[in-house]
Amino acid sequence: MGLESEIPVLTTSVEKMVQWARRSSIWPVTFGLACCAIEMMAMSCSRYDIARFGAEVFRGSPRQSDLMIVAGRLSRKMAPALRRIYDQMPEPKWVISMGACASIGGVFDNYAIVQGVDQVVPVDVYVPGCPPRPESLIYGIVQLQRKIAEQRLS
Amino acid sequence: MPALRSETMTVNMGPQHPSTHGVLRLVLELDGETILSASPTIGYLHTGIEKTCEQKKWQQVIPLVERMDYLSAQSNSMAFCMSVEKLLGVEVPDRVKNIRILLAELQRINSHLVWLGTHGMEVGAVSVMLYCFRERELLLNINEMIAGFRLFPSYMRVGGLREDLPRGFHEAVRSFLDRFVVKLGEYEDLLTNNEIYLKRTKGVGVITGKDAVAYSLLGPIARAAGVGYDVRRAFPYLGYETYEFAVPTATDGDVFARYTVRVAEMRESMKICRQALDRITPTGPHAIDDPRITPPPKDRVYTEMEALIQHFLIYSQGFTVPAGEAYVPVEGPRGEQGFSVVSDGTNRPWRVKSRAPSLLACQALERMIIGGLIADVIAVIGSIDVVMGDVDR
Amino acid sequence: MEGSELIGRLEQAVPGGVFETAASIDLQTTVYVPAERVTDIGRALRDAPDLRFDFLAELTAFDFWPREPRFELMYLLVSIEHRLRLRMKVRLAGPDAHIATVSGIWPAANWLEREVWDMFGVAFDGHPDPRRLLMPEDWEGFPLRKDFPVQIRRPAYASEALQVTEQEFRDNIQRDRLSRPGHEG
Repeated sequence: MGLESEIPVLTTSVEKMVQWARRSSIWPVTFGLACCAIEMMAMSCSRYDIARFGAEVFRGSPRQSDLMIVAGRLSRKMAPALRRIYDQMPEPKWVISMGACASIGGVFDNYAIVQGVDQVVPVDVYVPGCPPRPESLIYGIVQLQRKIAEQRLS
Repeated sequence: MPALRSETMTVNMGPQHPSTHGVLRLVLELDGETILSASPTIGYLHTGIEKTCEQKKWQQVIPLVERMDYLSAQSNSMAFCMSVEKLLGVEVPDRVKNIRILLAELQRINSHLVWLGTHGMEVGAVSVMLYCFRERELLLNINEMIAGFRLFPSYMRVGGLREDLPRGFHEAVRSFLDRFVVKLGEYEDLLTNNEIYLKRTKGVGVITGKDAVAYSLLGPIARAAGVGYDVRRAFPYLGYETYEFAVPTATDGDVFARYTVRVAEMRESMKICRQALDRITPTGPHAIDDPRITPPPKDRVYTEMEALIQHFLIYSQGFTVPAGEAYVPVEGPRGEQGFSVVSDGTNRPWRVKSRAPSLLACQALERMIIGGLIADVIAVIGSIDVVMGDVDR
Repeated sequence: MEGSELIGRLEQAVPGGVFETAASIDLQTTVYVPAERVTDIGRALRDAPDLRFDFLAELTAFDFWPREPRFELMYLLVSIEHRLRLRMKVRLAGPDAHIATVSGIWPAANWLEREVWDMFGVAFDGHPDPRRLLMPEDWEGFPLRKDFPVQIRRPAYASEALQVTEQEFRDNIQRDRLSRPGHEG
């Protein structure tokens, strides 16, 4: 980025502008499944405010969001619904798998839980914890922002 | 003039929807905006916790059981520990009973704060959610102080508690209670006389007391309909009969009545907390002195052979529980909770079944919303306070 | 009240000497009843004026495989008016276990019985809606039985049929309803 001292103009590349716009306003879709959803709600409230990082509102509809935070354990009955919501999101989209149950099955290694959300949707960032502290999830979102900053447009 | 043709519309309120109660699916049949029939489908969060519990040793079941009803985690683990202690035939010291009562009541306030926040947000009062979660952070600080973990402390153990209370616990709880009394008054000011809130909740989602009992709905839902049943008064446990508190009831049975009952319950819980705090000594026994169940303190483990063996046995193979069956009812934030625990005499449970008040509330949901409007469905689901982890287990 | 006094009251309310007592260490008095008399005993317990067991707290099953009789159903009844608690148990033999439904007596039993069918495979005759409750509709097997494995390695279904015709939809529902010879499916 170049800053001219006399003329009030910034020069940069289109790619950097687009990436800056994309990573500074990631809007998640509400996909809270279980206990991690409570920590996700706590993250969006006033103590660990996620709006500082751009995730201003949790959109109710997947068609208006960029990010899906899968918060909680995914059961076999819910897996088709998860895939359908993911398919309804427009590109570019990212997925954060929040918590141990979404990442790898967590404490529940049994017949009812899918052992990791990445069997159903492609995941960008895994956030461990049971449930992860809101600060962990914020760190996960910041890592995602760094990942977006390095993505090429083409 | 052509004849008017009317047909009903089927709408799916799918497992994912912004009303933050988790994964409940409602298939509604509508005539315009009026609901003709509703069929809830559950099971989208079925975790098989009961089957997994059968593979774990007795103390290992406690973190699993806390994740069932994730908003009343300490009530859950306390109920499980009480059932197992009944099977073992042991009784915890009085100090532990008082600490358990204190933590259970703090958990009730915690759960009701989440309910109030999410219910307010769904009805439209978004600022209530921010305020309630702010108070809740103080409670989570207390959880973190005693066990290091915010949501699921796993602080209750069979035979007592995991370790003694830390220094500064009494001051922390007292300062929370002093602050919360004032704040609860502020939140009531936001909602109780708010015309929009009254219009959305009065006369909505009514269920009569007789129906509440028929659908096994006891808890704040039945108390709002006039059935004054509270496990703490009817079948007292842990010494609740020595505490002074009232059981708030209402008569209308609608969403607003449930709101008033739950807010009044928060006040009563604060009263119980203060009484319990006065009875808890800063140091003292934190578990029963039974070598089969309670691990010895670490300084003895490092110096005495017997304590080392005892520690090793407890943590490697666990303790065995005599064969039998026990169910101890406990008043959780959602009503009567309890665990039917069956033991076959080994160090693993044979069957752990949790009585889920939210499952029965989901069943009665259809009864409450038929004839109402779609907008009322959200208010009603919020008022029955379902936790899908408890429904599906 | 003492367990023996409660059992005396039970025998008065339901004549016929059908209660087999068992040891109980908690608040609930435990009795075993024969499977074929569950509905009239339940109705008598709910309606008797000195008992009034109108609150069904819990309805669940325990699987004692490989012991026979394999299943034990438990009904936890509470009388709010008289502050009584009762645990009523029924023994059911293994293959093809079935019992009459009590959802006509206590409406709360509707979903509780569906869950027992889903998890254990115990059928309830006369149930208005015998479908699976917690597992997906096309699931095979009864998970909480002792001979069902805890962990299964199977990839997750990520898709489902997008459109079904109405006839297919009705057939699907009908397919996993309870159907046995002589029973109206």
